Amino acid sequence: MDFTLDKKYEMAQNLFKDFAQNEVKPLAQEIDEEHRFPRETVDKMAKYGFLGIPVPKELGGQGCDILTYAMCVEELSKVCGTTGVIVSAHTSLCVDPIVTYGTPEQKAKYVPDLASGKKLGAFGLTEPGAGTDAQGQQTKAVLDEATGEWILNGSKCFITNGKEADVYIVIAVTGVVEKRGRKMKEISAFIVEKGTPGFSFGTKENKMGICASSTYELIFTDCRIPKENLLGQKGKGFSIAMHTLDGGRIGIAAQALGIAEGALETTINYVKERKQFGRSIAQFQNTQFQLADMATKVEAARLLVYKAARKKDEYQAGAKVSYSVEAAMAKLYAAEVAMEVTTKCVQLHGGYGYIKEYDVERMMRDAKITEIYEGTSEVQRMVISANILN
Amino acid sequence: MNKMGAMNAEEYAKYKGVYVFAQQVDNVISGISFELIGEGKRLAEQLGVDVTAVLIGSDVKGLADELAEYGADKVIVVDDPELKNYRTEPYAHALASVINEYKPEIVLVGATAIGRDLGPTVSARVKTGLTADCTLLEIADFPINPIPGQEQKHNQLLMTRPAFGGNTIATIACPDNRPQMATVRPGVMQKLEKKPGAKAEVIEFNPGFTPDNKYVEILEISKAVSDIKDIMDAKILVSGGRGVGSAENFKILEDLAEALGGQVSCSRAVVDSGWMPRDLQVGQTGKTVRPNVYFAIGISGAIQHVAGMEESDIIVAINKDEDAPIFDVADYGVVGDLNKIVPQLTEAIKAQMASK
Amino acid sequence: MKIIVCIKQVPDTKGGVKFNPDGTLDRGAMLTIMNPDDKAGLEAALRIKDATGAEVTVITMGLPKAADVLQEAIAMGADKGVLVTDRVLGGADTWATSTTLAGALRKLDYDLIITGRQAIDGDTAQVGPQIAEHLGLPVISYAQEIKVDGDSVVVKRVYDDGYHMVKAKMPCLITALSELNEPRYMTPGGIFDAVNAEITTFGRADLVDVDDSDLGLKGSPTKIARASDKVRKGAGEKIVAESPEDGVNYIVGKLLDKHVI
Repeated sequence: MDFTLDKKYEMAQNLFKDFAQNEVKPLAQEIDEEHRFPRETVDKMAKYGFLGIPVPKELGGQGCDILTYAMCVEELSKVCGTTGVIVSAHTSLCVDPIVTYGTPEQKAKYVPDLASGKKLGAFGLTEPGAGTDAQGQQTKAVLDEATGEWILNGSKCFITNGKEADVYIVIAVTGVVEKRGRKMKEISAFIVEKGTPGFSFGTKENKMGICASSTYELIFTDCRIPKENLLGQKGKGFSIAMHTLDGGRIGIAAQALGIAEGALETTINYVKERKQFGRSIAQFQNTQFQLADMATKVEAARLLVYKAARKKDEYQAGAKVSYSVEAAMAKLYAAEVAMEVTTKCVQLHGGYGYIKEYDVERMMRDAKITEIYEGTSEVQRMVISANILN
Repeated sequence: MNKMGAMNAEEYAKYKGVYVFAQQVDNVISGISFELIGEGKRLAEQLGVDVTAVLIGSDVKGLADELAEYGADKVIVVDDPELKNYRTEPYAHALASVINEYKPEIVLVGATAIGRDLGPTVSARVKTGLTADCTLLEIADFPINPIPGQEQKHNQLLMTRPAFGGNTIATIACPDNRPQMATVRPGVMQKLEKKPGAKAEVIEFNPGFTPDNKYVEILEISKAVSDIKDIMDAKILVSGGRGVGSAENFKILEDLAEALGGQVSCSRAVVDSGWMPRDLQVGQTGKTVRPNVYFAIGISGAIQHVAGMEESDIIVAINKDEDAPIFDVADYGVVGDLNKIVPQLTEAIKAQMASK
Repeated sequence: MKIIVCIKQVPDTKGGVKFNPDGTLDRGAMLTIMNPDDKAGLEAALRIKDATGAEVTVITMGLPKAADVLQEAIAMGADKGVLVTDRVLGGADTWATSTTLAGALRKLDYDLIITGRQAIDGDTAQVGPQIAEHLGLPVISYAQEIKVDGDSVVVKRVYDDGYHMVKAKMPCLITALSELNEPRYMTPGGIFDAVNAEITTFGRADLVDVDDSDLGLKGSPTKIARASDKVRKGAGEKIVAESPEDGVNYIVGKLLDKHVI
C-alpha cells in the first residue's frame, strides 16, 4: 500500500489550506455566533470549482477525484466545520446521486449548474420519525396518472443546506411491495427544485454546533413534480439512499478529521505560548503525552479517511469493489477522534477553552454532530459488524 | 547583443569621481538628492575626488545652486523639454550619456520609485553592475580579506543592503566594471548642513533626444492629495499597529503626537486594514524612519516593520503581549493596555510641558 | 495577443526564516511560494486573457525544482510554461539574470512581457527594467493598473507622490506591484491538468544572442563581499505595568531623562 501522495494532491492541499486560511477562517467565529449561512464563501468556493471537485469535466466539474474532494472538506473543516459540511452535503448527497443514477437528461439539466456552484444541493432522507432507518419513512409520492406528475406529501427534517439549496434529492414511499412474504415499503428517490409549488420550509433548527449551517425542515404539501424527476428506478430509492450515504460518510469523516486537526494545531500553538508556574505548558509531560496520543489518533483517522476515499475512487474507475465498510470505519473513527480531541483541547486551554473567543470552544461543539449525522456511530458499528460477521 | 565583457585596465582607469543623480520632481529637488550628495561627498573625500550632481529635467538649471549649497562640487545639467516629467527612456538616455561622457567611478541614485526604474535601465545600458536599496556605503578593499591567487583591489565601493525583507544583509562589490552603481534607500544617509551662497561648477550637457518607441506617452498626471507631512522628516513618531484596534482609536495616538509635537505613523497591518493611508506606513514596504523618538504602540514588531524603524534614536514600545518581538528592539518597553496608558501618558506629558 | 509573465520561486517568510551557520539563507529548509509581485503580474495577464483570449506563457529561471512554480501558474490558468535551467546559469546577479531571461525571451513570441516589481528574497526591482533594456523595449515600472488599448497598453504607473497614466505601444515590458490586484487561486481541476502539462525546458544552448561571459556567476559584475543575518539592536529595558499609572510614570521619567520633554 502506497502512503505517499502524488504531487497533485500536495498542490491541492496547499490550495485548500490557503483558501481556508484566507477566506474561511476570518469568518468562522462570526458566522457561528450570528448563525449566518456564509453565502459569500459559497460563492467564492463556486468560483474556484470547489463545489464540483469529483464531477467529470464533461458535466462541468473539475474532473478530480474523491480523495481531492475529501481533502477539500478536511482543510475547510480545520478552520470551520460549517463550511466543510456545506461542501460535503452538496457534493456527496446531491451531486453524486445525480451523477451516479441520473438519466443523461437529468445529468445535463442539473449537474453542470451544481458542479459550478451556480446551484447548491441538499438531500432529504431523515424524517421526524425516521432517521437512518429508512423503513420508517412517511413521506409519500403518488403518481397522478392523468398529468404524469408525482405528488409529494410529508416532511423531512434536519436537512443540511436546507433553505439555501436549489436542488434537493428527496426520498419518499411510492408503494408497498412484498419481500419474502413481508410487506415492505417501496421507496424511491426524486429530484425536487426549490420554488416548486407545495414545497416549503419549516423550522430552522437552533443547533449546538455547525451553527452557520442552514438546517431546516422541508415540507411537501401536494407538491407536484414532473414524472422525469424520478431519480433511478422506481423502488430503488432505499439502495440509492444507502449508497449515497456511503459516499456522504467519507465527506463527514473528512469533516471530523479536519475539526480534530484544526483543534490540535490550535492547541499546539496555545500550549507553547501559555505559561503556568513560569514555564510554557508544553513543557509539562501531561501536555506532551496528551498531544502525542491525539496526534497519533488523528493520523490514524487520516489514513482511514484517505483509504475510504481511494476505495471509492477505485469503484468510480470501474473496479468491482465496495467502499461501504471503509466509509463506515472512517466516519466512526474520525468522528470519535474529533470529539475526543476537541474535548481534550478545550481542557488544555483551561478556562479560555470554554470561552467563545477561542476556536476550540466552537470546534468541540462542531465535532459532536459528526458522531450523529449521516448515520450515528451506532449505525456505523452495525454496518461494520454486519460486514465482518457475514 | 548587450554584452558586458571585461573592462580593460586602460578603460577602467579612466573612471574617476563620485556622481549622484539629483532627482527633482516638478522642479523641486527631492530630499534624497541632498542625502546622496552628503554621502557622495564623504566617499569622494576618502577617494580624493569631487562629488558631482547630475541634474536632469526641463528648465532646471536654476536648481544647481541649491545642490551646491548642500555640498555638490560640480553640477552637470541635462536640460531638455523632453525631460519635463520623468519617463524612463529620456532620463535613462540622459544619465547613461553623462556616464559615458564623463566616466565616473561611482554613481549613486536614490532608491525611489523613479530611481529604482532609472538605475537598472542605466546600469544595463552602460553595462555595469547595480546594487539595490543600499543602507551603508564604504570605501574598502575587495575581497575584504586577501584571498590567495586573487587580486585584492583597493578603493572599492562596498555596498551594504538588507535583503529578504530585512532578514539578511549582504555587502556587495563591483570590482571589475565601472562605474560602481548603487541605489540608496531614502532616509538613511545624512545630508550636509546647508551652506548658503556656496557655488559649484555648472556644466551643461545635452546628448540630444530623439523620441522613439521607448518614449512612452503620459496621458494624465495625478498627485496624491495629501497635506500630511512626510513622516521621514518627523523628530517624534507615534506609531500604531493592529493592536490599536480601529481607525477611530488612532485618535488617542494623534493626541499623544500632538502633545509631543510629533506625528502619527503606522505599521503595514494598519494600512492593510484601511485605517491609515499608505503614506504613513513604516517598514520594509513603507518608509524608513529615524526619528529622535519612536513610539511603537500596539505594534508586534514583525521584522518587516523593525527594518524601517530600528535606526530611531530612542524606541518606546507599549504592548499587551509580553513576548512581542518589538520589545527586542525597544529601549524602553511597557507591557500593558495601550487604551489606558496612552491617554494618561498624553495628559502627563501635557502637565509636564505646562509646568516648564 | 501573446503575453509572457516572468515569475520566480522564492522562500516563504511566513514559516519563519532559516539560516545556515555561515549566515546565508537556508533555502532548502524553507517552503517556497510564487513571488507575490510576480503573482500579481500573472493575475493581470490572466485577466487580459479572460477578456480577450490572449495566450499566457510563464517563464522562470532556476533549478529544476522551479518547475513547481510554473505548474502553479498553469493551475491558475496560464497556458504554457518555460523553465530556463542550466548549471552555467548558477550564481547570477541581476545583470546575468536579466541577460539570461532576455536570451530566452528572444526565442519566444510576445506582445507584452510582465514581471513583478521585485522578488521578496532579493528585493532589487532590477531584473524587469534590465530585461527591457536588453530587448530594446519600453518599460513601465510600478504598475498598479493595466489596460490593453488596441496595439498599446495604458498603465497606472505609481510614484512616491501620486501616479501617471502612461501609454506605450506593444511590445513593451511592465513591472507589476502586488497592489495591482488580488491574484486568483488555483482550481482543483487546474492542478490535475497542470501536473500533466508539458513544461518546455531551455538550457544554455536555447538562449539567443547571449555571450557566455554574461552568464552565471562569472557573468555577474556584482560580487558578494560579505553576507550574514542581520545583527539587531539588543533589547533595552522592559517593565510590566501593574497599573496604567506605572507605565505612564515610567515613560515620562525616561522622556525627562533623555530631555525629550
